[in-house]
Amino acid sequence: MSNKLINLENISKSYDNHLVLDEMNLYIRENEFVTLLGPSGCGKTTTLRIIGGFETPDTGKVIFDGKDITKLPAYKRQLNTVFQKYALFTHMNIAENIAFGLKIKNKSKSYIDDKIKYALKLVNLEGYENRMPDSLSGGQQQRIAIARAIVNEPKVLLLDEPLGALDLKLRQDMQYELIRLKNELGITFIYVTHDQEEALTMSDTIVVMNQGYIQQIGTPEMIYNEPENAFVADFIGDSNIIDSIMVRDELVEILGAKFACVDKGFGENVHVDVVIRPEDIELVKPEEGTIHGEVTHIIFKGVHYEMEVMANGFEWLVHSTKMYPVGEKVGIKVDPFNIQIMNKPASEDEEAVQVEE
Amino acid sequence: MKNKFVKLLSLPYVFWSIGFIIIPLLMVFYYGLTDKSGRLTLSNVLNIALPVHFKSLIIALLLSFVSTVICLLLSYPLAMILANVKSKSKGLMILIFVLPMWMNFLLRTLAWQTLLENEGVINTVLQFLHLPVLKIINTPYAIIFGMIYNFLPFMVLPIYNVLCKIDNNLLNAARDLGANEIQTFFKVTLPLSVPGIISGITMVFVPALTTFVISDLLGGSKILLIGNVIEQEFTLNSNWHLGSGLSIVLMIFIIISMITTAIFDKDGEGSAL
Ligand SMILES: Nc1ncnc2c1ncn2[C@@H]1O[C@H](COP(=O)(O)OP(=O)(O)O)[C@@H](O)[C@H]1O
Ligand SMILES: [Mg+2]
Repeated sequence: MSNKLINLENISKSYDNHLVLDEMNLYIRENEFVTLLGPSGCGKTTTLRIIGGFETPDTGKVIFDGKDITKLPAYKRQLNTVFQKYALFTHMNIAENIAFGLKIKNKSKSYIDDKIKYALKLVNLEGYENRMPDSLSGGQQQRIAIARAIVNEPKVLLLDEPLGALDLKLRQDMQYELIRLKNELGITFIYVTHDQEEALTMSDTIVVMNQGYIQQIGTPEMIYNEPENAFVADFIGDSNIIDSIMVRDELVEILGAKFACVDKGFGENVHVDVVIRPEDIELVKPEEGTIHGEVTHIIFKGVHYEMEVMANGFEWLVHSTKMYPVGEKVGIKVDPFNIQIMNKPASEDEEAVQVEE
Repeated sequence: MKNKFVKLLSLPYVFWSIGFIIIPLLMVFYYGLTDKSGRLTLSNVLNIALPVHFKSLIIALLLSFVSTVICLLLSYPLAMILANVKSKSKGLMILIFVLPMWMNFLLRTLAWQTLLENEGVINTVLQFLHLPVLKIINTPYAIIFGMIYNFLPFMVLPIYNVLCKIDNNLLNAARDLGANEIQTFFKVTLPLSVPGIISGITMVFVPALTTFVISDLLGGSKILLIGNVIEQEFTLNSNWHLGSGLSIVLMIFIIISMITTAIFDKDGEGSAL
């Protein structure tokens, strides 16, 4: 897990004067499951295409295993891609699809046959050799696309929203399949998705992107619990993001009320963003809360209730297993370590950090 | 209600096909399979075995085969270039190719006649430049040339269409799996464009096989294709029975060629080259 297998150095790319990637720096370690996460159009696919060799960056270098491969054509790169819409060869059956890369490399027939068997077993589609791609469901085609890539024993597998077209249940099954595959094969996965839940479930490392900038890199826990800015906080899970004032160390004024927190070093009377996850808010009797308000909405979500509480002019999003009916007066309490303080975005990234709905 | 309306709409087409396809076809069969006294006979059809007729059929098959092959070899690269042009002038480029098709077929061929003639425009220019003159008019080469010129767009367009429909990601997938540009072409692009090639071949071969105008104007009535023989039976000799009988033979050849290409298409889908 220590080797830097891929290193992107100062990668920039624009299309018709529209900057898609701006001076991007990112390294990926061997055997890591890295997810590029961000809203549609933020440059995830472009990043993947640059790594795969289908796009050349305007500036910067792609280093693979210590060698500069920026100019190396795709077919010479030791990595394989699972394309967003599978891209199976419709004029070949499943066995021929899987054998494609091996035939190019002039492998023996017995080797190829063994590999096809092995790969189909790995993706749970034994006996599908003679089927045509069109006769398979989306999920099955996806698994064939993965099989076709991994028989080539790439060092890195690039996956571009591979589960995007599947329905929810199948998507969840495939998430576990992919984690199992990754562990069995011991190769590096670079995974692209705009689905934060998928990213949290599968990744060792998440790279949160927005408008061509990397917003934060970290483990799923770090990204969820300690978002570095309002964009990340908003994009990963639900959250209450509130414009606040850091009064002094360990004390923050939120909507006029003083809350104890654990953060230090922001200075005195500084404007900050506060993030509080909806499940970290405790609803109590009005007089026991730091501030109090009234329940305005409630939805049953299965595991918990999702409520909105109007207090001090802000709609607080609250998740709780206890139900408070609409109109009920409640108090809001938050444990100090559940209050996440963030600096207001620096000017350069200001645009990139615009939170979108 | 809606169904009735649809039926009503299709009525003109029904009349059209009865009046202009089915009845003429039946008449061809009637004339082709009877003699002057109206008795049923196969002699008109069997007349193809006559050396003059047989020779004209063989020449027609040969010339249309050669022009189809040349059309294919010219069209494929052209269609690839057109399909890959990204600029805004793409529409214009295609228009330039289609434009001659809007002109009268006879007129275009007549124009080539005056261009290619021994004392024609091209030779006058060549003579002026003290270059060797072309002796091409009234030879099979002129006929092949005329066929290629007239039918090339019918080969280019279907191939262009299938090439445009090939998903770029399929080509990227091939490259991703280690195929270089040449391998990608032979293993992915070419097999996927087979349907376009097939319809291109049919659309060139069939009219080339049956033409009599091109051979008349550029072959100087010296080289008779089966189309010319049939035409002459109808016009010069007024022997509708023989003309129809030979037409039936020609139809059989067209059907055979279409079936052959259709079988090739099926094979092409299953396996890569
Ligand atoms: N070939 C291209 N030509 C022009 N613009 C492109 C091209 N590819 C991507 N873009 C633009 O680049 C931006 C990022 O695209 P992409 O990397 O596909 O985003 P994502 O995969 O994160 O949704 C988008 O605004 C998109 O419109
Ligand atoms: Mg994308």
